[in-house]
Amino acid sequence: MNTNKTHNRRSFLKVSAATGGGILFGFQILGCQSEPRLPSFIAPDITIPDAWNTLNGYLKIGSNGIITIMSPNPEIGQNVKTSMPMIVAEELDADWDKVIVQQAKLDTDLYKRQLAGGSQSIRFGWHMLRKAGATARQMLVEAAAKKWNVPSSDLTTDKGVIYHQSSGNSMGYGDIASAALDIEIPEEVTLKEPKDFKIIGRDTRNVDRFSIVQGKPLFGLDLKKEGMLIAMIEHPPAFGMKLQSFDASESLKMPGIRDVFAFNSLPEGTQKQWTDTNAFPELIAIVGTSTWQVLKAKKKLKIRWVQDSEAESTLKHDEAMSTLVSQTPDTPARLDGDPIGAFNKAAKIIEKTYNAPFLAHNTLEPMNFFARVTQDNAAVEGPIQTPEYLRMTLSSVLDLPEDKISIMMTRMGGGFGRRLYGNFAVEAAVISQRMKAPVKLIYTREDDMTQGTYRPAYKVTYRAGLDAQGNLLAFHVKGVGIHGSPVFANRFPAGAVDHYLAENLTQDSNISTGAWRAPRSNFIAIAEQAFLDEVAEAAGKDPIDFRLELFDRVINNPVGSNNDYDPQRYAGVLKLVKEKSNWDTPKPGIGRGVSAYYCHNSYVAQVLDVEIQNKLPKVKKVYCAVDCGIVVNPEGARNQIEGGIVDGIGHTLFSALTFENGSPEQNNFHQYRLIRHKEAPDQIDIFFVDNGIDPTGLGEPSLPPIGAALMNAIYKATGKRRYTLPLVQQETLLG
Amino acid sequence: MAQYNINVNEQNHQIDVDEDTPLLWVLRDHLNLVGTKYGCGIAQCGACTVHIDGRAIRSCITPIATIGDQKITTIEGLSDDASHPVQQAWIEHDVPQCGYCQSGQIMTAAAFVKDNRNPSDDQIAEAMNGNICRCGTYTRIRAAVKTAAKNT
Repeated sequence: MNTNKTHNRRSFLKVSAATGGGILFGFQILGCQSEPRLPSFIAPDITIPDAWNTLNGYLKIGSNGIITIMSPNPEIGQNVKTSMPMIVAEELDADWDKVIVQQAKLDTDLYKRQLAGGSQSIRFGWHMLRKAGATARQMLVEAAAKKWNVPSSDLTTDKGVIYHQSSGNSMGYGDIASAALDIEIPEEVTLKEPKDFKIIGRDTRNVDRFSIVQGKPLFGLDLKKEGMLIAMIEHPPAFGMKLQSFDASESLKMPGIRDVFAFNSLPEGTQKQWTDTNAFPELIAIVGTSTWQVLKAKKKLKIRWVQDSEAESTLKHDEAMSTLVSQTPDTPARLDGDPIGAFNKAAKIIEKTYNAPFLAHNTLEPMNFFARVTQDNAAVEGPIQTPEYLRMTLSSVLDLPEDKISIMMTRMGGGFGRRLYGNFAVEAAVISQRMKAPVKLIYTREDDMTQGTYRPAYKVTYRAGLDAQGNLLAFHVKGVGIHGSPVFANRFPAGAVDHYLAENLTQDSNISTGAWRAPRSNFIAIAEQAFLDEVAEAAGKDPIDFRLELFDRVINNPVGSNNDYDPQRYAGVLKLVKEKSNWDTPKPGIGRGVSAYYCHNSYVAQVLDVEIQNKLPKVKKVYCAVDCGIVVNPEGARNQIEGGIVDGIGHTLFSALTFENGSPEQNNFHQYRLIRHKEAPDQIDIFFVDNGIDPTGLGEPSLPPIGAALMNAIYKATGKRRYTLPLVQQETLLG
Repeated sequence: MAQYNINVNEQNHQIDVDEDTPLLWVLRDHLNLVGTKYGCGIAQCGACTVHIDGRAIRSCITPIATIGDQKITTIEGLSDDASHPVQQAWIEHDVPQCGYCQSGQIMTAAAFVKDNRNPSDDQIAEAMNGNICRCGTYTRIRAAVKTAAKNT
C-alpha cells in the first residue's frame, strides 16, 4: 500500500563494541527496503506514513513522523512488547503517542537474546535498546545539522522534533529521516542521564490493549492461513508408556479427516538442545480441515500403549524423596565452618521438612503452532519463548539449513516457562512436512496438562541451631527434587551463619520436568522463609528484626565470598515493607506474615494480612516492597508484581499435579485447581526502591516469597504451622 | 452435517457443520471470529464466553443445534471501536497481561454490569468467579468492573 523509496547505498552490517562489553547488533542499515508488517489494529489516531526509513534493526521512521519500533523479545504477558520499545523511544526522544510497536521475527543478525525467560529481557536488553535509540537520534540530529549548516551540538530534540534554538528552526524526525540514512553510524553515542528520562518511569499502557479488548487475532491459536489444515496429537496416557499400535480406520472415515499417522518428532540422530525436554516424542497425528472434526476423530482412535518403564505414583515419589533426603551426598554444595560441631553445642535445634507437588504450567492458551514446511524451506509461527533454539532443532529434524527456516513469534497466552520447550512447534513442522501442507497444531487442554515438562516435585529439610541467647549458630539445608534440588547454596542465609551446610540430591523419574516461573525459587523461597519465621520465633525475636540482624552480619562481616546477593538491598526492601505495613502495630483479627527473597537480580519483601473466613484463608492485603533498579514502566511493573503475588498465593493454596500408575490424576480445570476471582487478595500495595541502578528482573521475583508470607500469616491466624503444599485440599485448609 | 442459520453480531450466517459442533468452533473455524478463546473445552475457565440474547454463556459446551434464532454477541460485536464501557474500563485500568482470557472476562463483565450498576466486591467476585486469569489480573479486573458499572 505504501511506496518504497530505493537507496543506492549498499547495505552493510556494522558491528561495534558496546559499552559494558559485548557486540552490538541491530545496526544493519536497511534503507527503506521493507514495509513493517503492521499490527492488525493500531491506535485510532495514528496515520500510516507514505514511506518508512529504517535507521537500524530496532526502528523505522515514517515520513509523517510516525515511528515503528521493533520489539525483539517474545511477549508472554510480561509486557516487554511495551517496555522494551519504551527504552528505544526514550533515547530516540520520540513522541510515545506516535509510536507503533511491532513484534520482530527471529533475526540473529539484528538482535541478540530473543528469548523470554529468567526475567532477563530488560536487564540484558537495557544497554542495547538505549544505544539503538540514541544512535538513531544522533543520526537524525547530524542530518538536520547538515541541512541547516549548523553544528549538531547546537541542536536539541524533544518528542520527535529537532530544534535549533538560536534560529528558531525546527524539524520533525519524519522530515529528515531519509537524509539520516546517509549519515555515518556513530561509534559512540551519549546516553541520557536517568534524571532526564521522559518515557522511562512513566505509567504506560500495554501497546496491544486495543487489540486485546476487541478480541483481534494476536495469538498463535488465532492464526489462519491459506490452505491450512488442523492437526492434533495423541500422546501416551501415562509416563513410562509408549505406542505399540493403533487402528485409525474409524477416524479416517469421518468427515474432514485427511490423515492419521504415527511419527517421531525427535528421531534418532537429532541434535537436541536444552529446550528439547520431551517425555513423548513418539505421537499419533490426526489431521483434518476443522478443529471439531479432528477432535472427534481423535477420540475414535483405537490405540495400544505398552509399558516401557516404571509406572510411577505420587505415593512412591514421596517415599523415594523421603529416603533420599535422609542420605548424605558425597560433596556438599556449600560448607562453612563446622556445622556438626556447632549443632552439637546448640541450645536449641529446629528441624522441619517441607513438601511440594509437581505443577503444570497451564498457560491459558494451550500449546499450538503453525508450520509450513516445503522441500526447500520452513516458515513457522506461534507462541515460543526460545525461537533461536527452536530453529536449531528444526534444522536438525527437518534437515534444512537454519537460514531456510523463518520463525515468527505470536503474542503468547501465557508462558510461565512452558513455552521454553518447543516440542509442539517441532511436532507441527514434522506434521506439515509429512502432509506437504500448512498445518496448525492444537493441543487440547487435556493434551497440554498431561504432556509433562512440569515444575519438579520437591522435598527440603532445614535445620537451625540456636545458642542460649537465640543467636543463629548453625544452619543446614538439604534439598531433593524430581528432578534436581531446589536449593541455591549461596543464597541467604548463606553468608550470615558461621557454620553452614547446603546439600543437593536429585531423584530420577520418567516424568519430564522443566522451568516453571521462578524455577527452584518458586518452592525454596516458601520453605526457607517459612522456616526462618519459625526459627525467629524459637529465638524469641521479631521475624523482621531477626532477618535484619542476619543481614547486618553479612554487611559487616560476611561468611564466605560466594554470597550471590547484596545484603544492603535485601535489608532495604525489608525495612521499606516494615515501615509501609506499620508492622509494629498489630491488626486485631488479622494474621500477619512477612517474607523476603532475592532472585533474578531483584529484591522483594512482602507483608501479608490474612483472615480465616469459613475455615479458609482470605488474603485481605499484601504490602510488597521491590528493588529492581530503575522501573521502566511502573504501570506494567505493578501489574507483573500483582500477578506474581496472585499466582504465588494460588499455587500455595490450591494447585497440585499428582500421579497414579504413571498417569496424571488431573487433566483439566475441574480437577486441577487454579486460583479464582474470589480468592484474590482484596488489595495489593506496591512500593519501589528508587535507586537509579540499571534495571533487573521483574516477571518472576514477586512470586517466590509470597507463599511464605501467606504461610506465616496463616500460622498467626490459626496457631498452627503447615509444611505441605498445597495448603488447601478438597476445599479445606489442611491441618 | 446439517445446515444452520445463526445470527452473530447482528449478521446472519449460514453454516454447514455437525450438529454437535460447539458454538466456539463455529465462531473460530467457520466465521473467523477468533476473539472467543478456547481454554478448557469443559466450561471451567470462561475464555470462550459469549452472549446469547444478552446472557453470558460458555460457547465451548453449547452445541450449534441448540442456538436456534437466539442472538449471539461475541467480543467482536461488543463495539466497533473499543468504546463499550467494559472495554474502556479494561484500557483505563491496563488490565491485561498476556491478554488471552480477557475476551471472556470482558464478555462476562459486560453481561454483569448491565444489571448491576453499583456492585459490591463480593458481587463482582461471584459474577466473575467462573473466568480464570492465569496471569492473576483479578485485582485489576475487579477495579475495571467497578469503573465499567459506573459508566454503563
